[in-house]
Amino acid sequence: MKPTKLKPSSAILLAMLSGAVLLGLSTVTRAEYPDRPIGVMVAYNPGGATDFQARIATLASAKEKDGGFVSVGQPIYVINKPGAGGRKGWNWFADKAAKDGYMLAAYNVPHFIAQSIVFDTKYNVDNLEPVGNWGADPAVLIVGKDSQFNSATELVDYAKSNPGKVTVSGAGKFVGHHIAHLQFEKAAGIKLKYVPGKGGVGAMKLVKGGQVKAGFNNLSDAARAATDIKILAVADLERHDFLPDVPTFKELGISVDNSSVNFRGLMVPKGTPQAVIDHLAKSVLFRTENIGKMKQTNSPRSHHVS
Amino acid sequence: MDFINYFGNVFTPYHLMLLLGGTTAGLMLGALPGLSPTMAVALIIPFTFHMQPDSGLILLGAMYTATVAGGAISAILVNVPGAPANIATALDGHEMARQGRASEALHFCFFSSFVGGIFGILILIFFTPPLAELALKFGPTELFWIAILGITVIGTIGSKSVLKGLMAGLFGLAISTIGDNPMLGEQRFVYSDHLESGIHIVAALIGLFALPQILTLLEECRKGNRGSMYALSQSRWYQSMNYNLRRAKALTIGSFVGAIVGVIPGAGGQIAGLVAYDQVKKTSDNPLNFGQGEPDGIIAAESANNAMVGPSLVPLLTLSIPGSPTAAVLLGGLLIHGLFPGPDLFTMHGEVIWTFIDSLIVAQVFMLVIGLFLSRHSGWIMKVPPNYMAASILVLAVFGTYSIQSSYSDVLIMMVLGVIMYFASKLGFSPAPVVLGIILGPIAEDNFLQGKLIGEAGDGMFNYFFSGTINLVLILATVGSIAYSVYAGHKMKKRATA
Repeated sequence: MKPTKLKPSSAILLAMLSGAVLLGLSTVTRAEYPDRPIGVMVAYNPGGATDFQARIATLASAKEKDGGFVSVGQPIYVINKPGAGGRKGWNWFADKAAKDGYMLAAYNVPHFIAQSIVFDTKYNVDNLEPVGNWGADPAVLIVGKDSQFNSATELVDYAKSNPGKVTVSGAGKFVGHHIAHLQFEKAAGIKLKYVPGKGGVGAMKLVKGGQVKAGFNNLSDAARAATDIKILAVADLERHDFLPDVPTFKELGISVDNSSVNFRGLMVPKGTPQAVIDHLAKSVLFRTENIGKMKQTNSPRSHHVS
Repeated sequence: MDFINYFGNVFTPYHLMLLLGGTTAGLMLGALPGLSPTMAVALIIPFTFHMQPDSGLILLGAMYTATVAGGAISAILVNVPGAPANIATALDGHEMARQGRASEALHFCFFSSFVGGIFGILILIFFTPPLAELALKFGPTELFWIAILGITVIGTIGSKSVLKGLMAGLFGLAISTIGDNPMLGEQRFVYSDHLESGIHIVAALIGLFALPQILTLLEECRKGNRGSMYALSQSRWYQSMNYNLRRAKALTIGSFVGAIVGVIPGAGGQIAGLVAYDQVKKTSDNPLNFGQGEPDGIIAAESANNAMVGPSLVPLLTLSIPGSPTAAVLLGGLLIHGLFPGPDLFTMHGEVIWTFIDSLIVAQVFMLVIGLFLSRHSGWIMKVPPNYMAASILVLAVFGTYSIQSSYSDVLIMMVLGVIMYFASKLGFSPAPVVLGIILGPIAEDNFLQGKLIGEAGDGMFNYFFSGTINLVLILATVGSIAYSVYAGHKMKKRATA
């Protein structure tokens, strides 16, 4: 068969027609958001805490009923763009992601903000729009099982007479644990030695192995490891359900607030239509079946959002 | 002997099907460059969310062991290791394939993986409590000395000239410093946005191994060689098995080194194969055969990287501290089902965990059988004409590199490193020391900086790095490794002149 060649005029006509059809389609799309799967960019490696929780938080989106997706209306998939402590992915997100609600990103506050202050980043608090938190994980002060310290006050007393001798591990530089450490030093008037670990797991290992005298770590991970370590204080405004017996720093007279609490959640680029944000906020995160899963996996839920 | 009681749970039709599917998929994914065991397990984790805990873990465990072995297939057949753990396999494995002994090389690979894998799981079953304690003792200083010990291997791995090996290793160490330093919280040598997240080890691995291979294949085409590249002889699996099992020394060294490295959190299986390869080479009667298609090289490397799998779960299951990057991903698979690693895991969830461990043993059998089956048909790949082969490797290389972290920068880095390596290989440089440098650089540096901070807060840095039994043993081993190389070189020279 010979390929039929279009006359110039009919080619133009066809182009205009298809253009019109496309235009029409795109207006329909806007009216019926979402009509295709939605992505969530995670700026960390697959299998890490953020990735893992993002997958659980968006799990319900894949639930089907009567041939439709029940929660958001479309399934949500996760793509990972790790690198440079998360900046690689977030820079990409602020710079390249479409503002149509089909690409979301997971965030970690305060880590995410601290990084944008210390480094020259393409993202900042003004060009992104939060959708909602799925969890809040406060920093806790921990020591090894056989440590000489049984309370935060004992540690403070020791540090006062031995300035710079108490080593404290945390997940890295410019993360929640680092902030909690700095606040603790300032509020208690002591001098400690901060040892950045390789992520929360690396920092926990230093405490369990006795290589450092104390550490800041995630409440969720510390609560799971409660038989191997002693948890001395919580860097939050109230005590936590997971650890009802552990006092807050405030109760001990050390004024450390909740600035270091690790909030995880979803955001969109600024400029995304408000209707889309509202739809996502209502439907993605706060479904009861997700909350059950979060509890089962010991991922503390945020109580700061409704 | 708890573990024997739970084999029944493994031999249900559903679980056997999962094992079969997981192992087959794992071997194939593992053979694709870029799809390292860590990636493969991470990809499959979301599917296990909806499964029963034991079923999900069985699938993950099967994937883990099979991908580690699968990486050897591409290492042997096309000289492109599927993952960093398989670098040492490529050194002699591909050489054997060039000699027409591809199926034999694959047989050695799967038998050794099987022996190493079973050994590793037995270690996991019987020695978990003491090993968990040992794992915790490896702090920053110990890991620093391990990295230094690893660096002593660089000069002799894969290259004929020690000087060129050291230069290549130095290049690897140098480029490993690009990007973010987690200890200092600063960026180094980031002249372009593409270098922002540094040189990813898998991107470098693909570039350094696959691209020179592609360009060499294209050279073949220009010479007019359009047919099958290498002669091919089939060997009988039982003959290979017979030979393999008699290489007891290589198997033993490989399995032990793999098991020890697996337990140490932070060292990772990436270096297990290389360290075992080096040890077997050093203690061999014919060290000159290594790199020329010596079966012992494959046997040591593959028994080591599979022996690493079981022990890497020891610190994960008891302390919630993963022994390898892949074990770190498995942690998510445990947590999703409410299985919290720790001392209570075996008492509270014994049934699930023992079923999981038993399934790992059965997975080794599946891996062996399916692997041997694939070996029979490896000839298909060896018969592909070089022009088609080059095109397919290129597609896989680009695709695999992009898939690591969905980053175009990684593809560029892979290409640039590959072209550099192609010209460097003309001058007699080898890619293995570069990759080793990239792996060991951050381990040495980060742990040195951590140790420095801790040492300064205590009795001083020098005291901290040079005290403790493990440190002293590692320092002695490092000195011994260098001394032995010098001695062996001397002896060789004497023999040559005599």
